[in-house]
Amino acid sequence: MSLNYDQAIEKYEPTLGLEVHVELNTKSKMFCGCATEFGAEPNTQTCPVCLGLPGALPVVNKTAIESSILIGLALNCSIAPFSRFARKNYFYPDMPKNFQTSQYDEPICINGFLDVEIETYEGNKVFRIDIERVHMEEDTGKSLHVGGSTGRIHGAEYSLLDYNRAGIPLVEIVTKIVPNTGKYAPQVARAYVAALRDILRGLKVSDVKMEQGSLRCDVNLSLAPSGSGELGTRSETKNVNSLRSVETAVSGEILRQANRLQSGEKIVQETRHFLEESGETRPGRSKEKAEDYRYFPEPDLVPVVPDNKWIEELRKTLPEKPADRRKRLQSEWSVPEKEMTAMVNAELLDTVEETVKLGADPTKARSWWLGEISRIANERDVVATELISVTAVAQIINLINQGELTDKLARQVVDGVIAGEGTPADVISKRGLKVVSDDGALMKAIEDAIAAQPDTAERVRGGNIPAAGALIGAVMKATGGQADAAKVRELLLKHLGQ
Amino acid sequence: MSAISREEVANLARLARIEMSDAELDHLSGEMQVILGAVARVQEVASADVPPTSHPIPVNNVVREDAVIPSLSPTDALSGAPASSEQRFKVPQILGEAE
Repeated sequence: MSLNYDQAIEKYEPTLGLEVHVELNTKSKMFCGCATEFGAEPNTQTCPVCLGLPGALPVVNKTAIESSILIGLALNCSIAPFSRFARKNYFYPDMPKNFQTSQYDEPICINGFLDVEIETYEGNKVFRIDIERVHMEEDTGKSLHVGGSTGRIHGAEYSLLDYNRAGIPLVEIVTKIVPNTGKYAPQVARAYVAALRDILRGLKVSDVKMEQGSLRCDVNLSLAPSGSGELGTRSETKNVNSLRSVETAVSGEILRQANRLQSGEKIVQETRHFLEESGETRPGRSKEKAEDYRYFPEPDLVPVVPDNKWIEELRKTLPEKPADRRKRLQSEWSVPEKEMTAMVNAELLDTVEETVKLGADPTKARSWWLGEISRIANERDVVATELISVTAVAQIINLINQGELTDKLARQVVDGVIAGEGTPADVISKRGLKVVSDDGALMKAIEDAIAAQPDTAERVRGGNIPAAGALIGAVMKATGGQADAAKVRELLLKHLGQ
Repeated sequence: MSAISREEVANLARLARIEMSDAELDHLSGEMQVILGAVARVQEVASADVPPTSHPIPVNNVVREDAVIPSLSPTDALSGAPASSEQRFKVPQILGEAE
């Protein structure tokens, strides 16, 4: 009989370890001047350095070093006074040099931490995730396996390599082992990656798009019998590429390992691949030992020795911590926690903040960006901010607040701006969108409506207020939706003696 | 003095993808033993206050600004490839790292 999650957690204590790879958003590669654009035609962003041609010499990208130091500072790390690159030797066609330039025993940042908060039935809990190291390296090329089934290595007849990605700056952030998360291990892992993503986004050092692979997570997990204080054999699940998958990969591995241990089998130290569709993992190659990589100091690159002045200058540019900023904005805007989370998840917090800075009401700014505009953006599969500018949205919201536009008219203005008809003011004048607030014109429409539906009007006079809906509808129709419905209702009821 | 076994030499050859005959392994095990012996003698001289040297010249922080320079054309990039297809380098099937 197999154990369910609760039973597994009762018998075994999970220990986590997370390795996150972040592609930096520098314009050029780590060791050469090739561009780093995502989705470019294959092998259009390569040169002798990143192709590993004989005699080519690498030079480090200064911005990449600075981004790495910023990441370390934001994660409360010490910045190493002396740091070196190393060659990690292996033969695999994703690196044309036959080694990856990485860092080994002298990483740029060490010993940090990140506190993450998760919601539980027992209230919010904070877990401290200790950071072992932040080191610099380079990304590998992309392989396309041809023949066999669906791009898998097994059964492929040959592989095709695109080296555009080879040499893009990569930062690896490695946690120390994370003990004592118990049943919350999956949520803690997810919250850590989410918090890290927010920090990296705040630092503006990476696009942090998990779906494009600019943020990738490897999950290490081991189980030991509860209360034993031991550390079990771990598995490493590679390329977990969404927050949801991080959670699923952890809970899936807890279940898989617990059931193996339960039936007396051993856990094999191995690399496993996460299968996005099923949420399960399957075994990959067995983990090679570090000494098999025959690391040695990179002779073509000199040490990185950041002095205090450089570090302090970078420290001054650190933005407000995402968690602090979120708390501040939530209190300034008086919005519920749930709505803050929705804005963060939709990646629209910055946008809403900018809109509010232009004078828009926070509640309206949130509801327009997350509502109507996000809906249209989703339909067209684009990013909301590509559809319409913050300025236009702020202007529209301000016009609503001044009573110049109703929500319904505002939607038409949004449509017009998105359709390229110009600024909100242009759309309003071209489409003739103006709230009919002139009481005379409204009264005329109200009288017409009453004349057309005398029975309804009589019922309202007799105290049947809900019946007024039909008359209000007729007035709204007659004014082409440009009247303020609340105003119509007020005038109508007054006119009918209610 | 550290010793290197014939098995270790065979493993290194495997990692470096160098095919070696039994005779070559015998021969190289002996030679590498001599090389390691020489390194060990240097280690005897170096005291704890001498840091291991990776770069003979004391130069640090050589960096370049983050600026894009033109890349090779795909034709040039692929010109040295033994085989190519779909503007990509074509390599034999990958059997996994363990071979």
